[in-house]
Amino acid sequence: MALLKFKGVGIRGLAAAVPKNVINNYEYTEHFPKEDVKDIVDKVGIFERRFTDTATTSSDLSFAAAEKLLNDLAIDRSEIELLIFVSQTPDYRMPASSVILQDKLGLPNTTIAFDLTLGCSAFIYGLSVIYSFMEKSGIKKALLLNGETRSKVYSPKDRMTAFIFGDAGVAALIERDDKYGESHFSLNSDGSRASLIKIEGGGYRNMSSAETVKEKVVDTYGNIRTDEHGYMNGADVFNFVIREIPKDIKRIIEFSGKTKEQFDYYVFHQANSYINTYLAKKLKLEMDKIPATIHKYGNTSSVSIPLTIVSELKNNIDKPKELLLSGFGVGMSWASSVIKLDNTHISEIVEI
Amino acid sequence: MKEKFIELLKEVFEMEDQDINLDDTFRDYDTWDSLTHLSLIAMLDDEYDTQIEDEEFQKLNTVNDLFSKVQ
Repeated sequence: MALLKFKGVGIRGLAAAVPKNVINNYEYTEHFPKEDVKDIVDKVGIFERRFTDTATTSSDLSFAAAEKLLNDLAIDRSEIELLIFVSQTPDYRMPASSVILQDKLGLPNTTIAFDLTLGCSAFIYGLSVIYSFMEKSGIKKALLLNGETRSKVYSPKDRMTAFIFGDAGVAALIERDDKYGESHFSLNSDGSRASLIKIEGGGYRNMSSAETVKEKVVDTYGNIRTDEHGYMNGADVFNFVIREIPKDIKRIIEFSGKTKEQFDYYVFHQANSYINTYLAKKLKLEMDKIPATIHKYGNTSSVSIPLTIVSELKNNIDKPKELLLSGFGVGMSWASSVIKLDNTHISEIVEI
Repeated sequence: MKEKFIELLKEVFEMEDQDINLDDTFRDYDTWDSLTHLSLIAMLDDEYDTQIEDEEFQKLNTVNDLFSKVQ
């Protein structure tokens, strides 16, 4: 059971960037009849999403968020000595996007920079890695950058995934300060369920070829995708969430020594509105403590938790707030965390 | 037990005004789709503490097949 506790490390500031291009889901009807689309959209509760153009990447979105944050806080960039970029849609297979971002952001060559490639759990995983580094002496400030362009991952002709995903990027500045108190993390993995959310082709197991980019009808519903598109078994993902996530949330609450009433906000991965309503009911949580952005930004994978904090809590953190975060998905990989926001700066959302 | 199960299924399938019989093939209902499947998963967990993995679920076709899983 991987449970971690840190002291005196916290988030100094958060910023987010989203593409300008708004997709109205009711009008996303190129490949499906309008009535079917309305049915799906009403059920998943995702009305708008943001899509980048083909040239813009997840690192560009994160870069825009980072520039906004560092300028808003007037941060001396020479003090940033650690940069982790979290994404499963990097710029290149190599080099790591984090290293490119080190240069673009004008950070010193003494910066530790590397990528972390997990999905919906990854913002919390990334935080835990940065908190670990920060507990040692030697690093003044660290940047957690996190971006996804899931619009480029899924087939628009596969109704299982066509209406769910969106693009966004965030930047979090992490610093040491006793005021943050203790923070707690629970990190988990189950590779036996690797096939539930997967891109089969285009890696080094099934390398890119004419075959992997060929469109195929993949089920009795007539859904179409290639082996280089993402695939999701929604039913078993939901079974997994039901089985593991309430348990993990109870575990992190117990480990933090708090009671569930002591949390100001529960920020869950924005998978679809159905899953979050289910979790609230199962854990008997008050809905007004569960901020949501799924209706306007869709599922942005690992970005959805910090994006929801930036979008929904900006005007609600005048006093210190106790947050419980929980992210779950592709891997399967899941993580929960208890952190305190204290005088955390939240920038206005940037559109690029 | 059976009556309660049928009532819960009517909610899941949004078939409150129609009959549901044990030998119906639920996959033929107009409202059956992958999203109804999620509602069914939630109902089975809530009411019967039962989970059916997709591989096993694919073998179930009738209302009675479903009912047998909660008995």
